[in-house]
Amino acid sequence: MATTVLDPAHAGTRSRSVLVEWLTTVDHKKIGIMYGASAFVFFLIGGLEALLIRAQLAGPNKDLISPEFYNQLFTMHGTTMIFLAVMPLSAMFFNFFIPLQIGARDVAFPRLNAMSLWVFLLGGIFLNASFIWGAPNGGWFGYAPLSGRQYSPGVNMDFWVIGLQILGIASLAAGVNFFTTILNMRARGMTLMRMPMFTWSTLVTQVLVLLSFPVITVALIYLMVDRVFGTGFFVPAAGGDPMLWQHLFWVFGHPEVYILILPAFGIISEILPVFSRKPLFGYSAMVFSMAFIAFLGFGVWSHHMFSTGMGPLADSFFSLATMLIAIPTGVKIFNWIGTIWGGSIQLRTPMYFALGFIAMFIMGGLSGVMHSVAPADLQQTDSYFVVAHFHYVLFGGSIFAITAGAYYWWPKMFGRMLDEGIGKAHFWLMLTGFNLTFFPMHFAGLLGMPRRIYTYPGGLGFDTYNLLATVGAFVLAVSILVFMWNVVRTWRRPADAPADPWGGATLEWAIPSPPQEWNFTEEPVVSGKDELWTLKRAAGVRTLPEPARSDGRGIHLPGPSWWPLIVAIGILLFMVGFMLPRPWAFPFGPVGLVGFVITLVGIFKWAYEPPDAHATPH
Amino acid sequence: MTSTTATLAGHDGHAAEAHHTSLPIENRKLAIWVFIASECMFFATLISTFLIYRGQSLKGPLPADIFEVPLVTAGTAVLLFSSFFVVMALNGAQEGNRRKLITWLSLTVFCGVFFAGMQVYEFSHFYHEGLGYSTNLFSASFYTLTGFHGAHVTMGTLWLATLLKDAIKGDLPAGKALNLEIAALYWHFVDVVWIIIFPVVYLMSLRS
Repeated sequence: MATTVLDPAHAGTRSRSVLVEWLTTVDHKKIGIMYGASAFVFFLIGGLEALLIRAQLAGPNKDLISPEFYNQLFTMHGTTMIFLAVMPLSAMFFNFFIPLQIGARDVAFPRLNAMSLWVFLLGGIFLNASFIWGAPNGGWFGYAPLSGRQYSPGVNMDFWVIGLQILGIASLAAGVNFFTTILNMRARGMTLMRMPMFTWSTLVTQVLVLLSFPVITVALIYLMVDRVFGTGFFVPAAGGDPMLWQHLFWVFGHPEVYILILPAFGIISEILPVFSRKPLFGYSAMVFSMAFIAFLGFGVWSHHMFSTGMGPLADSFFSLATMLIAIPTGVKIFNWIGTIWGGSIQLRTPMYFALGFIAMFIMGGLSGVMHSVAPADLQQTDSYFVVAHFHYVLFGGSIFAITAGAYYWWPKMFGRMLDEGIGKAHFWLMLTGFNLTFFPMHFAGLLGMPRRIYTYPGGLGFDTYNLLATVGAFVLAVSILVFMWNVVRTWRRPADAPADPWGGATLEWAIPSPPQEWNFTEEPVVSGKDELWTLKRAAGVRTLPEPARSDGRGIHLPGPSWWPLIVAIGILLFMVGFMLPRPWAFPFGPVGLVGFVITLVGIFKWAYEPPDAHATPH
Repeated sequence: MTSTTATLAGHDGHAAEAHHTSLPIENRKLAIWVFIASECMFFATLISTFLIYRGQSLKGPLPADIFEVPLVTAGTAVLLFSSFFVVMALNGAQEGNRRKLITWLSLTVFCGVFFAGMQVYEFSHFYHEGLGYSTNLFSASFYTLTGFHGAHVTMGTLWLATLLKDAIKGDLPAGKALNLEIAALYWHFVDVVWIIIFPVVYLMSLRS
């Protein structure tokens, strides 16, 4: 590993431009910020798509948007929000806070971490560039044979198939990296059962990523070769079975929903104890229930497929397994309530969002249990009831928790406190807009409004519900603008946030805000759970003295590198080669081949990178 | 708390530095195990698909018409032996015995090249017999499964060849034996996958 010895005596001997610094950085904090910034832009794009969808559905028989474009909008909205917004927003917190929470100076493989970021970012840009030629239009689940060449002849689904494979590479690399980091880079004394709950949720999430992403990778490869080379994996005329696609997709797809929600559980489990001034209730039960959710998450995929006619045995098995998941989830919710119970509650903005999360997630969870009953699901599936359900868990759950995390960790990331007043306005607008948008969808769905239709005739009883949902969507959009205003306003203020503004329990609050490049001047030693609270209690103080900034003399840090970015570009070109027309396509043409060579050369150069190739004295 | 002194020298030959790791295993070794766990799901999906589509092809050629079991048996034997050879090479590396290291590692690389060559021959033979990639479900699932395995063998061979180059240059001393150990772990995994593929794909298909 290339390393840089920080030596202030050489400060300024070689000044690198800010752009080069960010392009070559291997610092987990900078990588986390880039994950967050790009994911937020994708979140805005996905939100814009949602607004267009809602505008089209505001009333019956509208023709604001063509049916073809509508298909692209709902496909890209789902794909964007899942793969380009919620997952990388969680990755922002993994990157920035896992090393800080476990007392490490960086992740196990800093350059691999940078590569994950670049592959994700290039994959996201690639997916969105599809709007120039025709964006994916077969739904975020890409059901075959609809997604095959016969029914999707254009480049639309090529973008989807290849874009998701690119994003999968980023997730898998990050999975290996964070799993290794958490297991192996913990501070002395931090046993597994002393880890902060967010660290636990990250660890369990990586297990889900590592075991579920290979399955979708293979499924996408089959779909890709069906489309490019004319094989018949999912082509009924060739004997292929479209059900295989559904099974492989949901073997990935269900763990994926836990990949989206477990980090949210972790964030909430950090915030509730801090703002209740009480340790997390039932720590071990929280850990084991999370592990149990992850385990069961691999045995429930076919509850997405009740309507395909799998027969009573399979239906019963997947119904029961799905109901079983309600138990560990219930354990978590009761433990969160137990944490608040009798606490000295501080109603700050992060706490508002955390409490909002609990209420909204319970509602999404309850409608989820309704889906587990196969006969009832046959009535609900493919209706707006399902749309309401998963937005309650993904927006009311994941996005509320990520927003709570943003307010909670903002001072640590940027050294500035977000404004409390604007933050609370943001919360009430978001809560109102969210419920106004998605609550009426339950009724529209039960009245029979199907998903993925670009318009509907009037007089079926759901005109009003749709209008309410559209109004709510625009209220939601305003709440996001309020958040952005809060960020801009905060940016103009001096960076004067203390190290520990909330009275935190975990190690990230023991170091200056924002942290110095080497995080910990002295590697911490941990003696129990909630280490910082233990220290404060021992010292008899509410907050520890402000930690001093150090000059970092003699601390070894990995040096910056160009190779992660170069390898990411190679991977992008290699994958794009598969969708180009014949004279350009891999293996018949140059683009994929060039990508392959760049990737291979990049990996070699990376592996042999001399220790001080890019050493930057500070 | 178990702490271990891990040599995180990496390929780049940076001076060995003692790093604290929480588990008694080096980061890179842990990472390759984690990667292998993920790869298990990758190959499990490919093998399952092959089995699901067994007997579902609408037209020939079918496995029983086309498989050359003696040839593949030879390739299998060579791959199995290569796992033994790489263990000997690693033993040489850990002892700092360069001659032993280079001898056994060369043999391992040779086995990898032989196996990949066997597969190229097999694929082109099948192609001339009329089994294209998109001919039927058997061909598509067979070529995808064994093709990805072959790609793994090729990548592993390339990796081991790079380490052989290091060894010849004297850049693989005992202190950097971990570089070979993680490559060897990957190589064993690729071998184990073939131990499943050989009976499941070749031997079981002969009867149907």
